Amino acid sequence: MVKHLATEVVVIGGGIMGASTALFLRQRGVNVVMLERDLCGSRSSGVNFGGVRRQGRSLAMLPLSQRSHALWGRLTELIGTEAEYERSGHFKIARSDADMESLVRYAEMTRDCGLGLQLLDGVELKKRFPVGGTQVVGGSFCPEDGQANPRLLAPAFAAAARRAGAQVLEHTPVQAVEHNGQRFVVRAPGLEIKANIVVNAAGAWAGQFAEQCGEPVPMRIRPPAMGVTEPLPHFLHWSLGVEGGSIYCRQVRRGNVVFGGGPGLVLDDTRARNRATTIWEQLPQLVALLPQLKNAQLIRTWSGNEGALPDHEPIIGASSRIAGLYHAFGFAGGGFQLGPGVGEVMAELIAQGRSSTPIDAFRIDRFLQPASAGEASSPTPERKIA
Amino acid sequence: MIGSDFYLDDPRPADGAAVIVGAGPAGIRAAQTLLAHGVRPVVIDEAPKAGGQIYRRQPDGFARTPKDLYGFEAGRATALHQTFDSLRADIDYRPDTLVWNAQGHTLDLLHTASRTADTVRWRDVIVATGATDRVLPIPGWTLPGVYTLGGAQVALKYQGCAIGDAVVFAGTGPLLYLVAYQYAKAGGKVCAVLDTAPAAQRYKAAPAMLAQPAVTAKGVYYVSWLMLHNVPVHHGVQLLRAEGGAEDERVQALVWKDAQGAEQRTACSAVGLGYALRPETQLPDLLGCEFAFAPLHRCHVPQTDADRRSSIPGVYLAGDGAGIMGADAAEMSGELAALALLQDRGIQIDASRASLLRQQLLKTERFRQALEVAFPFPEDWAARASDDLVVCRCENITAGEMRSTAAANANGDINRIKALCRVGMGRCQGRMCGVAATEILADALQVPVENVGRIRGQAPIKPLPLDMTVAATAQEAAHG
Ligand SMILES: Cc1cc2nc3c(=O)[nH]c(=O)nc-3n(C[C@H](O)[C@H](O)[C@H](O)COP(=O)(O)OP(=O)(O)OC[C@H]3O[C@@H](n4cnc5c(N)ncnc54)[C@H](O)[C@@H]3O)c2cc1C
Ligand SMILES: Cc1cc2nc3c(=O)[nH]c(=O)nc-3n(C[C@H](O)[C@H](O)[C@H](O)COP(=O)(O)OP(=O)(O)OC[C@H]3O[C@@H](n4cnc5c(N)ncnc54)[C@H](O)[C@@H]3O)c2cc1C
Repeated sequence: MVKHLATEVVVIGGGIMGASTALFLRQRGVNVVMLERDLCGSRSSGVNFGGVRRQGRSLAMLPLSQRSHALWGRLTELIGTEAEYERSGHFKIARSDADMESLVRYAEMTRDCGLGLQLLDGVELKKRFPVGGTQVVGGSFCPEDGQANPRLLAPAFAAAARRAGAQVLEHTPVQAVEHNGQRFVVRAPGLEIKANIVVNAAGAWAGQFAEQCGEPVPMRIRPPAMGVTEPLPHFLHWSLGVEGGSIYCRQVRRGNVVFGGGPGLVLDDTRARNRATTIWEQLPQLVALLPQLKNAQLIRTWSGNEGALPDHEPIIGASSRIAGLYHAFGFAGGGFQLGPGVGEVMAELIAQGRSSTPIDAFRIDRFLQPASAGEASSPTPERKIA
Repeated sequence: MIGSDFYLDDPRPADGAAVIVGAGPAGIRAAQTLLAHGVRPVVIDEAPKAGGQIYRRQPDGFARTPKDLYGFEAGRATALHQTFDSLRADIDYRPDTLVWNAQGHTLDLLHTASRTADTVRWRDVIVATGATDRVLPIPGWTLPGVYTLGGAQVALKYQGCAIGDAVVFAGTGPLLYLVAYQYAKAGGKVCAVLDTAPAAQRYKAAPAMLAQPAVTAKGVYYVSWLMLHNVPVHHGVQLLRAEGGAEDERVQALVWKDAQGAEQRTACSAVGLGYALRPETQLPDLLGCEFAFAPLHRCHVPQTDADRRSSIPGVYLAGDGAGIMGADAAEMSGELAALALLQDRGIQIDASRASLLRQQLLKTERFRQALEVAFPFPEDWAARASDDLVVCRCENITAGEMRSTAAANANGDINRIKALCRVGMGRCQGRMCGVAATEILADALQVPVENVGRIRGQAPIKPLPLDMTVAATAQEAAHG
């Protein structure tokens, strides 16, 4: 017995990308069904570090990141919760002159992007940031970057989308996406949905749908390794990173210090873990950075699968092959902060045919093989509804 | 599509060891069996001395006799300790060593005294990690002076001290009477034994219990002894709350309802609370073993075949860690698991011995079923838990918070509820509060407890010191 549904847009994946897309589509009055294999926000979006950071992003990504930043500022109004979001500031620390130079270069390069970066020398840094133990040369501070609780955020976006009228079906794995010449047919066990538009927001698993639609991409699975200490009295008020990227940490509202850095281990298609060798490398770095943690204990480690593309930029926008198909995936390293912005951009693309934020750098056809480039050279198909 | 590392990326490594985790009855018999067949095992145990929970040995400098320490079990305890002492020189024994992670064919270790991390590579591993108390909170259970039953017993057995000078033992299960008896015998004042199981259950289970007359007789003996020594024993009670002094100082009384429904108050200075045991299953979880819900244990346990092979090649599960069957069964299943391991290595074993062990274990399982009838899990516990009852004491999460989280996020997965309201997210990572939390969730959603899943395990199995150092051997193993 197969159940049949028909709708305007099917969103595949209930992570932060899918859920915010569904929400913003509903705000524009578009009918949406969102299909999630497990539970909304149970993958990358729910297990990430929780850094809501613009500092350090590529120039290409900053306009989108800024758009998202504005939406983060309206979180409660958008989804009815603040999910422990705080603009606590994000410190990036340089441990060598070379690293400091790189921070200075980044600040110059992004001067017109509105990040408000403050460069600090070693003396100033010690004054402003009195908790560090590592020998530091200086740092860069982004006052309005911050942190949030990922476990709460993506489920809250999905719940908001549902309240706004999206049909959200959990435990519903999409098996195939086909096009019958007129409409898409999206299949899941016991379910067939006809739709004009499909949004592929299946996170680390999105590659299979791109491939089904004739657009294979060279995506790799990356599992960033995470850990958390027992709760401690509050001492760390900023989210903290180290230039070069070896360790990052923040203290959550409850008092636990969450940290990341280094590779985890992919277990199978859906699961990942931290790994012992990474933990051995993370712990001394963390204690060196924050000597306050010397006598603390590690209570849990974890990881999650995310999809990474060779140029470290995501894929956002319309398919180069099939009208009505849109992609939003490949956000390794930074999709949590981008989530709300991506959702709004997708909704704009679908409802109005264009995005007011530049996303050209994220076109999927940047990966198309030269042999097939000819076919794809027709203008990007766009479809306007509403 | 996945272009990264795989989980068990290498075949069972020929250079790997036969590893036994846990030196309780199961682990010791497994070690003895392996050695008898020429395989020298690595035996890892978090405790400073071998013996496990039931036959826990005292620290150096304490000198109570085995009879004092183990009562009827003194003979078995002594035999097991002697067995272990006779093996010690020929095995690679690592006491004070926690297995905190499993990855591929490597177990990650922490030597707890020196805070040194190390590893061991396994070709086969017998997991014999035993059990911990099954905790079901009552209002006031976080007061100083309220202990678990097992904790109360450990204090007595290990250090020869009581949890208080006037103790109430409450809950259900055979351990309830045993610990009360041990306390009274050691000269402690036992104010009452309060069993939530109705007396009638005992009669229902009696015929099946007689399948193990010796064990049953011991149980009957403890109860009679307690009664003879004027310790009040009540059946079919409802535990209402533990009450503290001013400003919640220390427990002063246990308030309960008797079988007739009348409220009673028993003054005391300590409470030992317990509802039997739960298997310690973190390691099989990290090893990737398949789990299934076992109605007998009312929880998910790792699956084994009749010979104690898990679903992962080379991983064997013995003793209470794969389902609570008691100490004698632990010895048998340890031996059986070792025989299976040897057989899988192509070593000749005595097949009739294995078959005898299998039969005896089946008998124990039938006895276990009878015990479950005699001392049933209080299935109405969750329904009666008030909204302000603290379920998770690390994170101070109440039954009410769990219920409202479940209501607002209508789905039945304990891991999701954990993520949203932090139940089980503290230092114990649900090892202690998981049973109560899943019961509350199942009741809130009005579904059977097996439907809400189990809290996923992740390393570390227990908290790790951030300033641990890594042994050179571990680094070689990791990079070699
Ligand atoms: C450990 C870790 C730490 C990170 N730290 C940060 C950070 O600090 N800051 C930051 O900005 N970013 C961070 N990221 C990245 C960020 O979490 C991700 O980029 C972002 O969550 C991606 O969102 P998504 O919706 O694309 O993917 P996901 O959250 O993975 O959602 C995709 C969803 O699609 C579903 N799905 C897959 N296949 C199917 C199918 N066939 N049918 C139906 N549904 C399907 C999945 O179940 C999943 O729920 C981190 C990522 C990880 C893993
Ligand atoms: C507190 C307590 C008291 C008990 N008292 C009685 C009693 O009086 N009478 C009775 O009949 N039964 C009692 N039981 C039940 C009895 O202990 C078991 O039936 C029996 O001991 C099971 O033997 P085992 O070998 O499976 O496990 P155990 O005897 O529990 O041995 C398991 C061993 O594994 C070690 N271990 C566990 N996890 C790890 C790890 N990750 N790394 C390294 N080592 C690890 C532990 O330190 C322990 O030594 C008690 C149980 C508990 C928990």
